Amino acid sequence: MRLFRILGLYVMFIRRVFARPEKHGLYFRQVFREIDKLGVASLGIVAVISFFIGMVVIIHMTSSISNPLIPAYYNSFTTRDVLVLEFSSSVLCLILAGKVGSNIASEIGTMKITEQIDALETMGINSAAYLVQPKVIGMMLIIPVLVTLSIFIGLLGGWFIAVVGNMMTSSDYLLGIRFDFHPYKVVYTLIKSVVFAFIITSVSAFHGYHTKGGALEVGRSSTLAVVWSMILILIFNYLITQVMLG
Amino acid sequence: MIRVDNISKSFEGKNVLSSISVEFSESKTNLIIGRSGSGKTVLLKCLIGMHEPDEGDIWYDENRFTALDPDQQRTFRQQMGVVFQGGALFDSMNVEQNVRLPMDFFTDWSRGEKRDRVNFCLEKVNLPDVNKLYPAELSGGMKKRVAIARAIALNPRYLFCDEPNSGLDPQTAIVIDKLIREITVDFGITTVINTHDMNSVMEIGDHILFLSEGSKCWEGSSAEILTSGNNILNEFVFASELMKRFK
Repeated sequence: MRLFRILGLYVMFIRRVFARPEKHGLYFRQVFREIDKLGVASLGIVAVISFFIGMVVIIHMTSSISNPLIPAYYNSFTTRDVLVLEFSSSVLCLILAGKVGSNIASEIGTMKITEQIDALETMGINSAAYLVQPKVIGMMLIIPVLVTLSIFIGLLGGWFIAVVGNMMTSSDYLLGIRFDFHPYKVVYTLIKSVVFAFIITSVSAFHGYHTKGGALEVGRSSTLAVVWSMILILIFNYLITQVMLG
Repeated sequence: MIRVDNISKSFEGKNVLSSISVEFSESKTNLIIGRSGSGKTVLLKCLIGMHEPDEGDIWYDENRFTALDPDQQRTFRQQMGVVFQGGALFDSMNVEQNVRLPMDFFTDWSRGEKRDRVNFCLEKVNLPDVNKLYPAELSGGMKKRVAIARAIALNPRYLFCDEPNSGLDPQTAIVIDKLIREITVDFGITTVINTHDMNSVMEIGDHILFLSEGSKCWEGSSAEILTSGNNILNEFVFASELMKRFK
């Protein structure tokens, strides 16, 4: 019963978030601020994680696929598919749910308990739309970019360790990452990243916006935001994969 | 003028406000006083539409506020200025951006006109040259004054203050009280202040509403409050040693 109540509250919250903005120009500028604050600020961690995961995946592939009958370029081919299909969209978004989700929930939660949200409402401003809509739109624009960058950086990491570690030649590696390439898989991963971006921002903002109490509850909202974002990302990952690739 | 007609409010079966009727006049500082938990904040939140009364009506001049839907209420609130207990300034914005925010949303003024209005409001609250400071760099009294400047940014017809001098030293509290009084008279607005500070009551209380356990217990002026025969009110008014001696 409680789950249905929360679901109802979430739907009503999303309706308020996507209400017509009071002034489009203000929201438009805010979208770019959020892209910078939440997305561009995550570039460093995305690059570091992707580079190292790319290196680890190629090591796993070369050590697992050691049959002389299987061509060497299969290692980079499978590495590419791991990065494109799962790591750079799903795993990266799980990581971003922790970083960005907790940031959003604690920011909005603190605004709630210090009456900043009430202040916006009493000015006649739709606080849910002003605070959340630019975040959701900004993240839905920037996360696919981060995912694309993550794929390239991951492949670069794989190439670096494959060549430096003498696991395979550079030309074999490059042949593998181009072998049997279907652009549809990239479309699939970008669609997933847009859906995950929506989940991370809206769920985190929802938990922050409904914070009641003090600092302890802000921490609780932040934890709930991360946990629910992650659970929903995993569920939607399965559903989208079933629909698009199953 | 604000008219409250028989409003009641309860939370989870517990009556917090019972059939309160009162009229708050224009160009006057109207005070709602009472002990903690007497229903002052709930009444104020009903007035600004943050709580919906279970019964009764609230009228702003000829407008029946309680008959408006939430979106209409939000639009109507553009005529209100609210000063929250802690100031409720936006941490990510500097003083100028905080005061300018309502203008950004609801006016088509040029950048220069907005800057002039921000400076006018900040001068009105005796805070020139703080435009670029952030809330974290301000003292408690300065935060309250910036909050007042933001509340008057769009020339509101109604001003609400929730415990405007809580947490302030007595001298700063008097400065804030006098400031609110001055703004009320200068701009001809209807001001409602929620307080339990007896200094404020004596200093600026044109019209006082005393609440006890969610009910209207007494209503009058600051001159009448000291000579009232209401026992519950007297217990509240003469609770401190200073007031007892004064009596």
